[in-house]
Amino acid sequence: MGELLKVDKIKTEFKTDKGMVTSVDEVSFDLKEGETICLVGESGCGKSVTSLSIMHLLDKNGSVTHGSILLNGKELVNMSEAEMRKVRGNEISMIFQEPMTSLNPVLTIGDQLTEGIRLHMGYSKKEARDYAVEMLKKVGIPRAEGIVDDYPHRLSGGMRQRVMIAMALSCKPKLLIADEPTTALDVTIQAQILKLMKGLRSESKTAIILITHDLGVVAEMADKVAVMYAGQVVEETDVFTLFDNPKHPYTLGLMKSIPHITNPDDMRLESIPGSVPSVYNMPKGCRFYDRCPFAMKRCLEEKPELRPIEDKKSHSIRCFLYEKEEREFEEKKQDEKEVLS
Amino acid sequence: MAQYIIRRILIAIPVILGVTILNFFIINLAPGNPVDMYVNPSATPQQIAMEKHALGLDQPIIIQYFHWLGQLIQGNLGFSYSTREPVTSLITSHIGPTMLLMGISLIIGYLIAIPLGIISARKQNSWVDYLTTGFSFFGVSVPHFFLGLGVIYLFATKVLLFPTGGMNTLGGSGSFSDLFVHLILPVAVLSTGIAGNMIRYVRSSMLDVLGKDYLRTAKAKGLRQFIITNKHALRNALIPIITVIGIDIPMLIGGAIVTEQVFQWPGLGLLTIQSISSRDYSTLMGINLIAAIAVLLANLLTDIFYAVADPRIRYE
Amino acid sequence: MEVKNLKKYYPIKKGIISKTVGYVKAVDDVSFSIYPGETVGLVGESGCGKSTTGRSLVRLEDPTSGQVIFEGKDLASISKKEMRELRTDLQIIFQDPYSSLNPRKRIGDLLAEPLLAHKLASKAEAAEKVNHILETVGLSKHYKNRYPHEFSGGQRQRIGIARALMLHPKLIICDEPVSALDVSIQAQVLNLLKDLQKEFNLTYIFIAHGLGAVKYISDRITVMYLGKIMEMAKTKEIFEHPMHPYTEILLNAYPVPNPHMRDREQIVVEGDVPSPAHPPKGCVFHTRCPFAKDICREKVPELNGTDHLIACHFPLSQ
Ligand SMILES: Nc1ncnc2c1ncn2[C@@H]1O[C@H](COP(=O)(O)OP(=O)(O)OP(=O)(O)O)[C@@H](O)[C@H]1O
Ligand SMILES: Nc1ncnc2c1ncn2[C@@H]1O[C@H](COP(=O)(O)OP(=O)(O)OP(=O)(O)O)[C@@H](O)[C@H]1O
Ligand SMILES: [Mg+2]
Ligand SMILES: [Mg+2]
Repeated sequence: MGELLKVDKIKTEFKTDKGMVTSVDEVSFDLKEGETICLVGESGCGKSVTSLSIMHLLDKNGSVTHGSILLNGKELVNMSEAEMRKVRGNEISMIFQEPMTSLNPVLTIGDQLTEGIRLHMGYSKKEARDYAVEMLKKVGIPRAEGIVDDYPHRLSGGMRQRVMIAMALSCKPKLLIADEPTTALDVTIQAQILKLMKGLRSESKTAIILITHDLGVVAEMADKVAVMYAGQVVEETDVFTLFDNPKHPYTLGLMKSIPHITNPDDMRLESIPGSVPSVYNMPKGCRFYDRCPFAMKRCLEEKPELRPIEDKKSHSIRCFLYEKEEREFEEKKQDEKEVLS
Repeated sequence: MAQYIIRRILIAIPVILGVTILNFFIINLAPGNPVDMYVNPSATPQQIAMEKHALGLDQPIIIQYFHWLGQLIQGNLGFSYSTREPVTSLITSHIGPTMLLMGISLIIGYLIAIPLGIISARKQNSWVDYLTTGFSFFGVSVPHFFLGLGVIYLFATKVLLFPTGGMNTLGGSGSFSDLFVHLILPVAVLSTGIAGNMIRYVRSSMLDVLGKDYLRTAKAKGLRQFIITNKHALRNALIPIITVIGIDIPMLIGGAIVTEQVFQWPGLGLLTIQSISSRDYSTLMGINLIAAIAVLLANLLTDIFYAVADPRIRYE
Repeated sequence: MEVKNLKKYYPIKKGIISKTVGYVKAVDDVSFSIYPGETVGLVGESGCGKSTTGRSLVRLEDPTSGQVIFEGKDLASISKKEMRELRTDLQIIFQDPYSSLNPRKRIGDLLAEPLLAHKLASKAEAAEKVNHILETVGLSKHYKNRYPHEFSGGQRQRIGIARALMLHPKLIICDEPVSALDVSIQAQVLNLLKDLQKEFNLTYIFIAHGLGAVKYISDRITVMYLGKIMEMAKTKEIFEHPMHPYTEILLNAYPVPNPHMRDREQIVVEGDVPSPAHPPKGCVFHTRCPFAKDICREKVPELNGTDHLIACHFPLSQ
């Protein structure tokens, strides 16, 4: 399978009253056809900005100032608006977090669905409508023929998210970006939507960038994972490695601090002390420095790079611990385990 | 929907009745007496009393009210105290010019305001935006009489481009082009005010809508900005504006008192001023009644438009 | 505390004369008891009446009917004045740490306010107390001259907790105290709540969406659906032997953070939660229940059992 998307060290900046703010800094990852990558991280770490940068959907005051985004070898960063319109909704489409506000309240579902279909696939009005009904059926909407003429406010959140998915997949995009598609939904509905996405994925071979902050969703959906912290990717690897053998201190902390129903009863959560640094006041060195239990002097001054760990090409991490001192760190971890047990 | 409209109309009846009561009593409580205005100053008290008797003004006010109401139900608004013409024919002869003037001014005002408001919101903080908001501020804050006198001074007395007032040239042919020339100045003044007011609402409503998630969805589909603005955004932005239109519509009937006065436009506004100064109460009451009905109708229309524009309300 | 047949209906008003055309049955006949020093978790999907139950327990909402018996008094029927006295024992922590603190007040004043309002301390004593409480929740006492906006979300939630603790309450309702917080901060707050409980022998009602947090903190769990209790049992019981189909489905719906388990069998329940204005007849869950039989469509199941309460005609067998 060929490489579909290659995001290379992009930097996205916003002009604000308080000066330039860098929201995303040196974010890199790549994606093959049909593959799913999850971007995880806490609120404000730049997940949405990364995806909006790819789509050129940033607010007017923001732009990608460095790096490159290649889609099938085509550079997206400096693409004109007219060219970009042919990419949006056609080659890359997007689903957003809030199903309640992502659909236009005054246009019918059918109207909103057929717009993209007619634009990118050149169908006639009638053909587009039939195709829209077919798409609605595919995403499991009952009474699809009736729903096309209905308005969004009559649907529940889960149904609206299904409509969004139908809309996003209707032009058979190569890449689907889903920005927290289930965060606003109840768990039972989330399970429905995830199941639906899995089914459609295996059918259509669409590559997916799935943004979430729920490690459960990651484990359920991802092939690859990029963990983000304060605007940077701090660890990137396949999903099994990430859960079995996480390396970055932030990833480790995150895994231990999330209460989950499969946790043993008496396990105490380990919390990461402190909070995320503000965009206006980013540390010079490693951004996780002041919360990291393994911080060294070097971390305060030097910026760590995202590098593959020696033997494994597919596991990259932004941390000095793994350069020379890797072994030392492993030992430390081992010691700790002994102390605990 | 039909049921809703019928219910609204039924509710309107007691409201109108209330308006007639207030209208009648307040005007009759005002000091001064219409008879004083048009009898010969040297008339004897007996003559005045006879006049009053002829007009029914010597009866108790309650009786006068019911008399007036009874006539009203038969479609008779009484006779003008000053010209003795039936009020109904006075009103019908003046309502046409008012509707013509106001209708054209509203349409032109909106045709200017809606695109300008959209552009101004789309290009927030650009020079187009500053210019538009400047114009809007001008239109809202400069009083109509001042603007009216200003344009008359400039374009009718300094440069003799347009007539100073009226609707037709006296003794003229009454041709369409003559009417058109007479319309230009008052329409310019009125539509400046209407547009100035409307721009503010369109701009702020549009700004509000432009930040909405569904516009990002539309953009993510690859639609052109033109379609996003004029199909997806505008329809939503117009919903709150319906209220503003609803407030403007009664002006179609009530007229613009000051502007009609300044341009001597023979409409209801001018008639109002004339009947106030001649204490022509019966005409005044007729005009007030018509205006009240216009406001109620406009409110009803506003509600209907809301339901048409916003499916969330339609399905309630 | 004992809750008996608690109901809270919100009227649906329509038209110009606000005729009541129906009721949203936000909480419909809920009974349970809470013992001193324990934590009862309240879970269920959005809109199932968790917050309304919590708010009714402390009379932030006047229940439509039913009793809330706390230390021998029925909170649902006592006067406003008596309730004010009891307020010191009953506190609530809200979901949103941003909007529940008055932005124009310094933290110190915010915290001292309830003490002074109830005339429980002099100014000096209150200030002393504020210092102490701030340290208890892990904030420096120097923070008391700052305003709420100068704090991060996690810190603000700590302030919310500090405020609830000021009056030494016996029972605290925690309405989604961690939902609005970053994942890495949630653990801090959960641990804090746990430690404080031990220290002050507090009783909690813990409302949350995330079952993980509820499991971590609760001794017993109540599962609600459409304003009714479906199942109530010890935390371990609920997770190991869920007996109500709804509980089973709810537990199953949570994605497991273990990629090796992604291909497990999963029952995915179809459809949406019905509107609480028109709850289904019979068992409220029957429209989505994979095991529903005729009787479920007609007869409302009673909440039965001693330790493990369940409202279902056909409980899952082990
Ligand atoms: N238009 C903007 N102007 C200035 N700063 C912005 C703008 N949009 C986003 N940011 C900043 O960029 C950073 C990253 O935001 P982003 O929305 O990508 O976070 P996120 O990871 O998606 O978080 P969440 O999980 O809350 O959605 C934030 O600090 C935010 O304040
Ligand atoms: N003031 C109110 N007026 C009318 N209906 C209300 C009111 N407050 C709540 N409701 C309704 O009562 C039901 C229960 O609401 P409640 O807030 O208790 O749910 P919840 O379980 O806390 O949900 P969430 O998880 O979303 O917080 C909902 O259907 C809600 O729409
Ligand atoms: Mg986001
Ligand atoms: Mg709630």
